[in-house]
Amino acid sequence: MMSKMATRDAYGQTLVRLGEREPRVVVLDADLAKSTKTIDFAKSFPQRFFDMGIAEQNLICTAAGLALAGKIPFASTFAVFATGRAFEQIRNSVAYPRANVKIAATHAGLTVGEDGASHQSVEDIAIMRSLPGMTVLVPADARETELMVEAAAAHKGPVYIRLGRSGVPQLFDMEYQFAMGKSPVLREGDDAAIFACGIMVAEALTAARQLAEAGLEVTVVNVSSIKPMDEKTIIEAARQAGAVVTAEEHSVVGGLGSAVAELLARHYPVPVEMVGVQDTFGESGSPSDLLQKYGLTAHHIARGVERVVLRKKTISGNR
Amino acid sequence: MDETKLRELQERALAVRRDIVEMIALAGSGHPGGSLSGVEIACALYFHAMRIRPAEPDWPERDRFVLSKGHAAPLLYAVLAQAGYFPREELKGLRRIDRMLQGHPDAKGTPGVEVSTGSLGQGIAVANGIALAGKLDGRDYRVYVLVGDGELQEGLVWEAAMAAAHYRLDNVTVFVDYNGFQIDGRIQDVMNPDPVPDKWRAFGWHVLEIDGHDFPQILSAIDTARSVQGKPTAVIARTVKGKGISFMENQVGWHGVAPKPDELERALVELAGWQPA
Ligand SMILES: Cc1ncc(C[n+]2csc(CCOP(=O)(O)OP(=O)(O)O)c2C)c(N)n1
Repeated sequence: MMSKMATRDAYGQTLVRLGEREPRVVVLDADLAKSTKTIDFAKSFPQRFFDMGIAEQNLICTAAGLALAGKIPFASTFAVFATGRAFEQIRNSVAYPRANVKIAATHAGLTVGEDGASHQSVEDIAIMRSLPGMTVLVPADARETELMVEAAAAHKGPVYIRLGRSGVPQLFDMEYQFAMGKSPVLREGDDAAIFACGIMVAEALTAARQLAEAGLEVTVVNVSSIKPMDEKTIIEAARQAGAVVTAEEHSVVGGLGSAVAELLARHYPVPVEMVGVQDTFGESGSPSDLLQKYGLTAHHIARGVERVVLRKKTISGNR
Repeated sequence: MDETKLRELQERALAVRRDIVEMIALAGSGHPGGSLSGVEIACALYFHAMRIRPAEPDWPERDRFVLSKGHAAPLLYAVLAQAGYFPREELKGLRRIDRMLQGHPDAKGTPGVEVSTGSLGQGIAVANGIALAGKLDGRDYRVYVLVGDGELQEGLVWEAAMAAAHYRLDNVTVFVDYNGFQIDGRIQDVMNPDPVPDKWRAFGWHVLEIDGHDFPQILSAIDTARSVQGKPTAVIARTVKGKGISFMENQVGWHGVAPKPDELERALVELAGWQPA
């Protein structure tokens, strides 16, 4: 059993290290510092931490002002509130003026668990990636989170980082590299390509192992940089395999699956199956029960691969 | 205050009013009413109170002005052009494709525009961020904000009001352009924000009430705000929407329409003979 760590915990720890190295980093929260883990930074650098209270629009606009005056603000709250309540502030005060604000939102996806649908953001990727100039990142594990937070701080411009509440397996070691606009290929095979992000990367790798036992070889790509997207890698993998499965802990409307489908429709159309939340809200339950019920497991990805491989064969049979 | 200075400011105000109506008429659209009500406040700031270097718009020590009521962009543009941030010729490109002056202020494309606005309610919160950074960096610049009275209906205004007092942002001064009107009518009829001074006081601000067209009162409010410690200052400035052009004054219909050629002519004739009270 691989050891587990939540991406929000990795975020909290990285912020502290970043704070030591980079005096321009400031952190804002909206009364959720204990949950988003910005509390670690708040304790280490009280002067550079601002709790804005339960006021998410205020959180975003104040961060914008700090950025305009040369700071590197990280603004955190739950993904539902960051991208929902404060959407228009993000659009007009951050994205449009290209303010150097990093929105690191936690509690994304169904793995929020028992708090239920009001707190389970399954649309934030769709919302954020619709904004011109917004970088959208989804780490697959703690190590990638660390690299991502550092890359976000070094990048000039708005960044959205999507973080989770629950522990995820540690997939990557110290050799692992992250770069915006790059999607590492974690495994290669010619039968199908799986494009996954976040917690679904680990599920995709498990699915790939299971499929290999059954004689299907699949490529697994970690699309942690949803925007900018590594178009070259994704098109090439789709071309090699001729069949694609996308996997995300997010609605299939507007998320990773949509982004991949948009790209492939323009450049290299192949059959695509989308594993994700099927245009519905979540509910209360344990994270693992929810992932099971809403079809977000290695098993569901493997079935998706089988379906898409069949579709590929039917298409080539018809040619 | 000294007579020469007063006369100079009044002349500036007149020229700014002229530029406002001319540029909106030429553009064929825009917001004259709320641009004209803020003229004296903006002129007092840019031509007297603020520490600025128009030739060096990114000078880190500069005072900042945030036009939270971004639809009054023509006011900001007229003042910035007169202050020398860009040539007055640019005013003719207002709202035109491929030109610099956007319908609402765009900070990344326009020298002197500090914050992109247009969506009401956000300016004070952004100003707070700039002010917090100033405190962190030990810089003594001040941040001025102009908000509309209708704009006070936005919830974010009060989130930001609470935050500025909480963080003791005495480097923030908010001017409320209290002209009594918004788009759908009188503010009291649409959604009454009164009593406005009491609200700001209750949120922990130092509050001043002035005539927003009277330069000595505006300058003295700015001085007072500078001396207030540990609290932000709200200046509730009574103004007249459409001020200076008789047929626009207190006419809700002049919120967001451009004068036609004959109306522009009448406006300019009036301004030419205008003697400020
Ligand atoms: C968030 C938002 N909602 C609506 C508008 C449309 N709008 C533009 S101006 C205006 C009225 C503003 O009234 P007030 O703040 O009193 O400004 P003034 O009368 O000084 O022009 C409205 C509703 C907007 N720009 N932003």
